[in-house]
Amino acid sequence: MFTQVYGDNGKMKEYHYTGPVEHRFSPYSFNGGTVLAVAGEDFAIVASDTRLSEGYSIHSRDSPKCYKLTNTTVIGCSGFHGDCLTLTKIIDARLKMYKHSNNKSMTSGAIAATLSTILYGRRFFPYYVYNIIGGLDEEGKGAVYSFDPVGSYQRGTYKAGGSASAMLQPLLDNQIGFKNMEGVQHLPLNQEKAVQLVKDVFISAAERDVYTGDALRICIVTKEGIKEETVPLRKD
Amino acid sequence: MLNNSRPCQPQSAGFSFENTRRNAVLEGNLSELGYSSPKARKTGTTIAGIVFKDGVILGADTRATDDMVVADKNCMKIHYIAPNIYCCGAGVAADAEVTTQMMSSNVGLHSLSTGRPPLVVTVTRQLKQMLFRYQGHIGSSLIVGGVDVTGAHLYSVYPHGSYDKLPFLTMGSGAGAAISIFEDRYRPNMELEEAKKLVRDAIAAGIFCDLGSGSNVDLCVITQAGVQYLRGYDQPAQKGKREGQYKYKPGTTAVLTKTVTPLPLDVVDESIQLMDTQ
Repeated sequence: MFTQVYGDNGKMKEYHYTGPVEHRFSPYSFNGGTVLAVAGEDFAIVASDTRLSEGYSIHSRDSPKCYKLTNTTVIGCSGFHGDCLTLTKIIDARLKMYKHSNNKSMTSGAIAATLSTILYGRRFFPYYVYNIIGGLDEEGKGAVYSFDPVGSYQRGTYKAGGSASAMLQPLLDNQIGFKNMEGVQHLPLNQEKAVQLVKDVFISAAERDVYTGDALRICIVTKEGIKEETVPLRKD
Repeated sequence: MLNNSRPCQPQSAGFSFENTRRNAVLEGNLSELGYSSPKARKTGTTIAGIVFKDGVILGADTRATDDMVVADKNCMKIHYIAPNIYCCGAGVAADAEVTTQMMSSNVGLHSLSTGRPPLVVTVTRQLKQMLFRYQGHIGSSLIVGGVDVTGAHLYSVYPHGSYDKLPFLTMGSGAGAAISIFEDRYRPNMELEEAKKLVRDAIAAGIFCDLGSGSNVDLCVITQAGVQYLRGYDQPAQKGKREGQYKYKPGTTAVLTKTVTPLPLDVVDESIQLMDTQ
């Protein structure tokens, strides 16, 4: 059945309502998960929940989305788990190649630039992955690089990505960026406060986002190395 | 829901599909602008019911979802139909709510007319006749349970109008998780405490294994003696404890302009209503 209406140019427009529509095979699926990265003066934190879901089911309650790349860099990947795994394998291979050719490890900035190129290489069949890189730059200061699925990236101080990103980002803007607040001291973020904030923010995300929960994996990157911490979250 | 726009003209028989063309145009217009039409909110639920020695027990979770965001962390899915009959609703939240309210009203009137307390089978028949009339467009899946003069009965009714009469039933997105618990441990004529634990465990399975269900377990125990509505019977998922303080001092939000208009009013009556902030 169809119905006709006059369009903008005065000609008749046709609307077709064909009833049930056939769906083609989709190469993507959404596996949920939220990642978050915060940069401080001499540290960086990358955190993610550990739930892997699909549709209304849970595949795994222990599938962290932070991957260690070098001693100074951790990447968080959420979205389609198949592409997350492949992408991290490709990044690992590129890290090895760089190390063998240049006789040194890749810096965080270099990894970010490389990842951007890798992602854009698949511009017309993208990796369905939301990436956030957290690490230390050459001067030892914290760095956060956030990406979109096709490789656009920028450096910042904090970023949330994944299914609950829209819930976390405004809270981080307020607590770390001191946005929308007057007469508040802009204290620099220290490591304990940052870890506390990350835990609290994920507790809230787990309340309202069904894809976020089970446990929280926090990777703290400092010049001493990478420390991992796991905190339980709501399992429902 | 009959059209009241032309009350003086005789109602045409059968279904009215007048609005489908309008809806198709609206969908097209909205998608051109990049919007999508508002979706009906589904409860994404686990509901269950069993018949035990003294009557029936109905159970439900308390999460209502808007797509994949939790809209209500503690909603009530076990609805009152009659003093001896309660109904759990899954599917579209508004449909379940309004359908059960209509049934409650009809059954109340019918019971006054017959002069007898209502039967569970009456509720089921009226429900299925209404849902079939709407050909599945009313998206509510219901589990009706109660104790009447003929005994304890449990029915499930589907959106298109079919029904099942069984000793144990589950519905909603978490039905698969819940039915597995029932299939493992259900026995006829169970005692009250064992039966309550079984329903609680079935709903808990839905809460943990289904993303559309969560928060607390509500139970409703219906026996010849009466009804026990156990709201918040169990809270298997605990909210994490926040470590930081997130209080804002007065003056944190910038005041751009301020206009004070005094209103000459007297306080006549004062009453306090507490908000449920849990």
